Amino acid sequence: MIVAEQKKLEEIVGQIQDFNKILLVGCNECVTVCEAGGKKEVGILASALRMYFLNHGKEMTIDEVTLERQCDHEYLEEIRDMQDKYDAVLSLACGVGVQFMAEKYHDKPVYPGVNTCFLGATEERGLWTERCQACGSCILAYTGGICPVSRCAKRLMNGPCGGSTNGKCEISKETDCAWQLIVNRLKALGRMDDYEKLMPLKDWSTDRAGGPRKVVKEDVQL
Amino acid sequence: MSVKTPSKLEKIMAAGHFGVTSECGPPRGCNPEVIPHKAGFIKDYVDAINVTDNQTAMTRMCSLAACIKLKLMGVEPVLQMVCRDRNRIALQSDILGAAAFGINNMLCLSGDHQSFGDCRQGQNVYDIDSMQLLQTVRLMRDEGKFLGGGDLDGRPRMFVGAAENPFADPFEIRVPRLAKKIAAGAEFIQTQCIYNLDKFELWVKQARERGLTEKVYIMAGVTPMKSVGMAKYMKNRVPGMDVPDELIKRMSGVAKEKQAGEGVKICIETIQRLKEVPGVKGFHIMAIEWEEKVPEIVKGAGLYPRPVVD
Repeated sequence: MIVAEQKKLEEIVGQIQDFNKILLVGCNECVTVCEAGGKKEVGILASALRMYFLNHGKEMTIDEVTLERQCDHEYLEEIRDMQDKYDAVLSLACGVGVQFMAEKYHDKPVYPGVNTCFLGATEERGLWTERCQACGSCILAYTGGICPVSRCAKRLMNGPCGGSTNGKCEISKETDCAWQLIVNRLKALGRMDDYEKLMPLKDWSTDRAGGPRKVVKEDVQL
Repeated sequence: MSVKTPSKLEKIMAAGHFGVTSECGPPRGCNPEVIPHKAGFIKDYVDAINVTDNQTAMTRMCSLAACIKLKLMGVEPVLQMVCRDRNRIALQSDILGAAAFGINNMLCLSGDHQSFGDCRQGQNVYDIDSMQLLQTVRLMRDEGKFLGGGDLDGRPRMFVGAAENPFADPFEIRVPRLAKKIAAGAEFIQTQCIYNLDKFELWVKQARERGLTEKVYIMAGVTPMKSVGMAKYMKNRVPGMDVPDELIKRMSGVAKEKQAGEGVKICIETIQRLKEVPGVKGFHIMAIEWEEKVPEIVKGAGLYPRPVVD
């Protein structure tokens, strides 16, 4: 899923303080799972903002709504009439939702309430870690199911750098060395010989490098 | 191993002599005197001088320009290139530029992560990794081709090297990793600073058993310790460094003003011991900001005078 974390209150306040009526919009998908922008966080943030503006003597209406998804026309349409009544929208969706909202409601100011961080997994309650950078050409088949693009600080394709120490990355003792994990896994799979196969230069044209990407599946298009 | 390039370093090792290299870190500024000044201390005691490429991710004068400086003073440079800062276009382009100035040695590296340096908020590139950089140089040299498939107008005649850290983890892949670098095109290896000699010798033995020492010139890396403080720093703070406790104990056992001398002594003893290890073909003396000690080390280790080759 997409992992996000809420922006600091001061930054959010700085974005919306010149308005009087704000629609705070949550999303029921990824940001709910990572507890950054679901219905619960919308409620807590709305209360915090109301309190802030009350304490600062400013009249501010903050109304709440949480959509099934903000990356989908169908659900965004649900607030077409509603959004008209507000000066601006504060979206707690990921960057995709914020942009889709801005595209749909072209003359409505839309502000992000979260920082979109990465594609990751819930390791435990309150801990999310990165697993994928959406490079567009998956190499997990060759690396024991562990991704060096997202998990090696240098995205090395052919083994660890000289800085791998006790299974940890040179950038931090808190960070696992991806290549230690890959080697452990290749060992467990009895595939250590694979380590010596040279990985060819990666085609980054399917990554950010190739410009904005799209996926087209013609057989399902209407 | 037959000679494939005009590199003096390659010729010396191919002739069966120990190769000796050292390194100069370019300045944190554009002062043109720094490199010639540092190189002045060591040029007659080594076969080639490595020029580091923004080491520890601290921004410095570029390695290529500093190499050209060396070349102009008649010293043979080893151009270090890291994959951190340049994509495949820039790397190929710099290789051609270096070759155009008669630079014939290159060391292909990943590079320290930028979080160690002065641009922690910068991007890193890592379009390709150090193994792929080795492949790239060999493609350009041996096939006369660009990565994009086009033909080169003049091939870069580079003696191609890589770094290896026998002390990094996971240890079980240290020899396979060496094999992989050789398969990618490495012709010489400069190792991380060696303080744990037993572990290094085990690594060379394993490399020997796989026949790797017949395919690549292994140059053992050594760095003299200036003080017990430096030894502790290397042990605790430098990633992938293995400094045994006995060494710290030995350094602590001498008076502060004599520690530098002891560090040089240890360095010489290290080289003397490693000269006896089959498969070690040379030494890379990294006297960090202490270039003036290189002559004493080279002489002390019985590596002076340097051989002359055509």
